Amino acid sequence: MKWIDFEKPNTVEDAVKLLSDSGGNARAMAGGTDLIVMLRVGHPRVNPDVVVDIKSIPELNELSYDANKGLTVGAAVECYKIYGDDNVNSHFSALNDSATLIGGTQIQGRASFGGNLCNAAPSGDSIPNMIAHRAVATITGPSGTREVPVEDICTGPGQTSIESDELLISINFPSNGAGFGANYIRFIPRNEMDIAVAGVGASVTIEDGKFTSARVSLASVAPTPLLVEEAGEALVGQPVSEGAIQKAADLAKAAAKPISDMRGTADYRKHLCDVLTRRALTTAVERAQGAS
Amino acid sequence: MPGKTYVQTTINGEHVDFLCEPRQSLLECLRDEIGLTGTKEGCNDGNCGACTVNIDGRIVTSCLVLGVEAEGANIETIEGVADGSNLHPLQLAFLENAALQCGICTPGFIISSKALLEQNPNPTEHEIRFWLANNLCRCTGYDKIVRAVQDAAKRLQEA
Ligand SMILES: Cc1cc2nc3c(=O)[nH]c(=O)nc-3n(C[C@H](O)[C@H](O)[C@H](O)COP(=O)(O)OP(=O)(O)OC[C@H]3O[C@@H](n4cnc5c(N)ncnc54)[C@H](O)[C@@H]3O)c2cc1C
Ligand code: FES
Ligand code: FES
Repeated sequence: MKWIDFEKPNTVEDAVKLLSDSGGNARAMAGGTDLIVMLRVGHPRVNPDVVVDIKSIPELNELSYDANKGLTVGAAVECYKIYGDDNVNSHFSALNDSATLIGGTQIQGRASFGGNLCNAAPSGDSIPNMIAHRAVATITGPSGTREVPVEDICTGPGQTSIESDELLISINFPSNGAGFGANYIRFIPRNEMDIAVAGVGASVTIEDGKFTSARVSLASVAPTPLLVEEAGEALVGQPVSEGAIQKAADLAKAAAKPISDMRGTADYRKHLCDVLTRRALTTAVERAQGAS
Repeated sequence: MPGKTYVQTTINGEHVDFLCEPRQSLLECLRDEIGLTGTKEGCNDGNCGACTVNIDGRIVTSCLVLGVEAEGANIETIEGVADGSNLHPLQLAFLENAALQCGICTPGFIISSKALLEQNPNPTEHEIRFWLANNLCRCTGYDKIVRAVQDAAKRLQEA
C-alpha cells in the first residue's frame, strides 16, 4: 500500500475541514472494509493520500429512535449494532435483512450502512433496502448541511452526489405506521459471502386489505441501485392479491437494465428481478399483516 | 509526512506499545512489528478470516484494520487463548476432532468460535455455520470444524 496520512477527528467540523483542506485527496473511513481493500490494490478512483477515520465523531455513531422523527443511523454505525438494537428490532426489523447479509460476522463487526452507500456499488446490499424505507441522508460540507433522499445519492458505479469535501452524517428512516412491512432479498449462488447477482428491496403499507403505499428498489441490475417508482405506484389502491404483486414484479423486470457478466447474463438478471420482486413483496405483505 | 506513529494498546491482557506506519494493517503490525505470528495472512482482503482477531469484544479481520486504529483498544489474538500450557477447550476439541490439517485457518477459526460460544454457549449447527461463514478452510471440508465447536460447547458447559 502507498503511503497514507491518518487523521482521527472528534467533530464533524474538524472532519469536514480535513476533507476540504486536502483538495480532494482525503477520504472518510468508517469500517474500512471497502476503503482499505481499494487502497491496497491502488484503485484508480479511490486512492486517497489522507484517510480520515470518522469513528470518533459522536453524530456518526448515533443510533436512536423517536416515534415522531423515526430512526437515525449514524454513518459509521456498524452492522452488528444495527441488528443488535432493540428499536431496530421492534420498528425496523427489515433493515436486519441487509445488516445480517453484508459479509460475514467479521465484516459486520466493521462495515456500516453509511460506507455501503458512499461506496455506491450497484450491488450494495443496504441501499435498495434504505430506498424501500424512504430513507433520507444527512450530509454536511463547508457550506452547511443538506438532506437528500437515498435514491438520489448514487450516480454511477462507485460514484455519488456527495462531494469530496462533504461528509455523510447519518441516514434517517421515517416512522412507519401500522400496516407497514418491508423485506430485502438477494440472489447469490451460495448462502453467504458473495456479491448479489440481483437484489430487491420492497416495502408496503396495507390498510383495510389495500395497499396505501409501496416501494420497490433493485440492486445489481443497473449502474446504480434503482428505485422503480412505477412498480410501487401500480400497487397503491389495489387490494392485496397475487395478481397485483405480479404486476409490480413485471414492472420491476421491465425497469431493470442489467449487464451480462461472470455472475449472470442480462436475461437471467431480468428474470431474477421478476422472481425476487414477487418474493420480497410477498414477505413484506406477510410482515405488514402482523407476522412482524 | 512519512514517519511512524506510536500506538499504545492492550493485547491478550498485556499493555503493548509499538511503532507503525499508518498504511500498515493491524495484521502486519501483529506479525512484523510485535512478533505475534499466530495470526495468519491468507487473502489480505477480508474474505478468508485467517487473520481474525477480537477487538473490544467483536471479531474482525485484522487485514482490514489499520494498525493505528489499535490505539486504546483491547485485542485478543490466538496467543492469548491457552492458559499457559493448558489448552483452551476449543483448542483441545479442534485437536481431538481432527478439525485441522494444514492449520493456517485454525487460529482464525478458534478466535471466531470462541466469540460465538461466549455469546451463545449452545449454538445450533446452523448458527455455527452461519457465524463461521467469514472463515474459509481449504482442507477439512468444515464438518469436523463444526463438530469440534459443538464438542467444545459441551465441554465448556460441563466445566
Ligand atoms: C469479505 C467482504 C464481504 C463483503 N460482503 C458484502 C456484501 O455481502 N454486501 C455488500 O453490500 N457489501 C459487501 N462488502 C463490501 C463492504 O463491506 C460494504 O460495502 C460495507 O458496508 C462498507 O462499509 P464500511 O463502513 O466498511 O465502509 P468504508 O470502507 O469505510 O467506506 C466505503 C467508502 O465510503 C466512503 N465513506 C465512508 N463513510 C463515509 C462518510 N460518512 N461520508 C463520506 N464518505 C464516506 C469511503 O471514503 C469509501 O470510499 C464486503 C466486503 C468484504 C471485504
Ligand atoms: S487475510 Fe484477512 S481475511 Fe484473509
Ligand atoms: S486446515 Fe488447511 S485451510 Fe483449514
